[in-house]
Amino acid sequence: MRSKVILALGAIGMPLLIRNLYVLMFLVPDDMEQGPVYRIFYYHLPAFLVAAVGYLTAMVSSVMYLVKKDQKYDAIAVSATEVALAFAAVNLVTGMIWGRISWGIWWAWDPRLTWALISWLVYFGYLMLRNAIDDPTERAKNSAVLSIFASASVAITWKAIEWWRTQHPGPVLSIRTGGVQKIDPAMENMLYINWLALLLLGAIFLLVRLRQEEVQREIDALRRYAHAMN
Amino acid sequence: MSAPAVAAAGVWKYFGDYPALRDVRFELGAGECLALLGRNGAGKTTLLRILGGLSGASKGGVLINGGEVRASETRARIGWLGHSIGLYDELSARENLRTFGDLYGVASATVSEWLQRVNLAHVADSPVREYSRGMRQRLAVARAFLHGPKLLLLDEPFTSLDDRAISLLQGLLATARAEGATIILSTHQIREAMELASLVALLDRGKLVHFGERTAEMLNDPAYLYRTYGSAA
Amino acid sequence: MTMLRHAATIAAKDLRSEFRTKESINSTLSFSVVILLLFAFAFDPSPDMIAEFGGGLLWIVFAFAGALIVNRSFARELPNDCIDVLVSSPASGASLFLGKALAAFILLFGIECICLPVFGIFYNVTWWRSLGGLLGVLALGTWAMACTGAFISALTVNLRLRELMLPMLVYPILIPALLPVMMLTNTLLTGQPPPSDFTVWLRLLIGFNIIFTTLSVYLAETILVR
Repeated sequence: MRSKVILALGAIGMPLLIRNLYVLMFLVPDDMEQGPVYRIFYYHLPAFLVAAVGYLTAMVSSVMYLVKKDQKYDAIAVSATEVALAFAAVNLVTGMIWGRISWGIWWAWDPRLTWALISWLVYFGYLMLRNAIDDPTERAKNSAVLSIFASASVAITWKAIEWWRTQHPGPVLSIRTGGVQKIDPAMENMLYINWLALLLLGAIFLLVRLRQEEVQREIDALRRYAHAMN
Repeated sequence: MSAPAVAAAGVWKYFGDYPALRDVRFELGAGECLALLGRNGAGKTTLLRILGGLSGASKGGVLINGGEVRASETRARIGWLGHSIGLYDELSARENLRTFGDLYGVASATVSEWLQRVNLAHVADSPVREYSRGMRQRLAVARAFLHGPKLLLLDEPFTSLDDRAISLLQGLLATARAEGATIILSTHQIREAMELASLVALLDRGKLVHFGERTAEMLNDPAYLYRTYGSAA
Repeated sequence: MTMLRHAATIAAKDLRSEFRTKESINSTLSFSVVILLLFAFAFDPSPDMIAEFGGGLLWIVFAFAGALIVNRSFARELPNDCIDVLVSSPASGASLFLGKALAAFILLFGIECICLPVFGIFYNVTWWRSLGGLLGVLALGTWAMACTGAFISALTVNLRLRELMLPMLVYPILIPALLPVMMLTNTLLTGQPPPSDFTVWLRLLIGFNIIFTTLSVYLAETILVR
């Protein structure tokens, strides 16, 4: 059943990604101020949004694990975190490339970039903790607790950032600027469509990783039974 | 109709997908002494840790006198003697007992009493690090009995004790039982355990394969239980 | 309140142990002084530079010292399995955590108070101009470190690379507290007039403390009962 879902998502997502790539390379108009380089934005922002969805999923799943004690929530939490970290890395790197070309610097300590880096490190810590704990139940429980701490910290940091001066471009999506059209409608639509494509890609990664977790658990259990038989 | 002193109901403990305890159920009344036997890896320590509130059961539960183990009042009545002595090397005997005593609401007069009882009053203010092995063991026993526990959980208590400590412990256990305390001790030293026990349980790979009265055969032939109920090899 | 009484017993025990052996105190104190010394070579700071980042510099030193102190928090319960005796005692997980956080706080705050005059000497700073405010801010920042650190210490106590893992986990989580505390310390340290967004940073710091103390107290039992 799940393989069918993955295939279906792939069947929609892959062509969409390719189609988007074609469209945003050739069909969407140049930005007035920035020229062609701005096109990286079509991956930069959606990647962040997918990462944010991943972080949120991980947090909810961690809370669910502590409440229900069902291993599947732990599997979802780790898969979502890993996918989120991957897309967050894409966000950071595309941001750096863009910054290099637009502003001439590889890195600026502006709030959004800083927050993105901090969040990445915090959730990477989650993966490091998991790596260090051998027992699956302890690992699930302790990493769920850390995930909650991580989410709280990331949320507070986000708030702290709002009180800082920013060098980062302000919000351009009309949903954030309250309906005022800040960018060309064609561009904005392209953004949403690519967000959808990346989201589908993220979902596929999550499901594959989830399956991998389940298989690993089965193998671990079988190994232990085999040892106990001796 | 009062609740049994200890009631384990369908206790399972998983480490990942591996069941370390499988559907363990038994009841103990006050004043009983249970000898918990089993090979290494059978689940004795796991079960004791769940009974002492150190671990949670994956499925099922344990009730001590009808109350949850993680409730504070329940734990106030439990005495724990694990593999290690559970004492701070850098503190003195008196400081150790006072610290743990504080957590159980024990008066300092009682602490002094116990120091006398285990023959450590003369060195009570030296750090535990300087004690001999036997002295440390006696202090550990004092720590476990300090607050007059109604449930004593001992994990292989005779294993590293010297003669004096063994007779001290046996005396204390007998007195505690006479005062209505319930005792569960896991052990490989079957001889000493059989003398004290009124009930015997055998764990085999997480399952309770035998639970019943200590019989004469068990007392005379310690390996009897393993032969009769244990699995091959 | 039994929980506070238990926490006080644990804190007293930790402090007594620490003052008996002086393991952490000595090494942490010397380490802090050495770092302060190294910074002097790294920057050769003028009074203007100190006015700009003195607070930040000081808190980097405190953060390193903090990692050393909190690492011992739960690790000191490992020898002889004392942690088992504590968890099976009537003390709740929350009171165990609070006691250790309190002890870590006291030790850290003490070390910071010693570092301040050393800092003043090395960098020629009159740091006592707004002493009350400075100590208040130091206390808030130190609690953030002690609380989060003690909790992560409990989380990582059984792990192989504990000494490495603990700072790696604590520092990023602590950033939203370090940010305001560095800025506030900087201002108060050099007697500058407080910036316009002063109260905003203070609220952030207090907010962090409230949220993470609550989370830690609530979740301590979960991580201590295996």
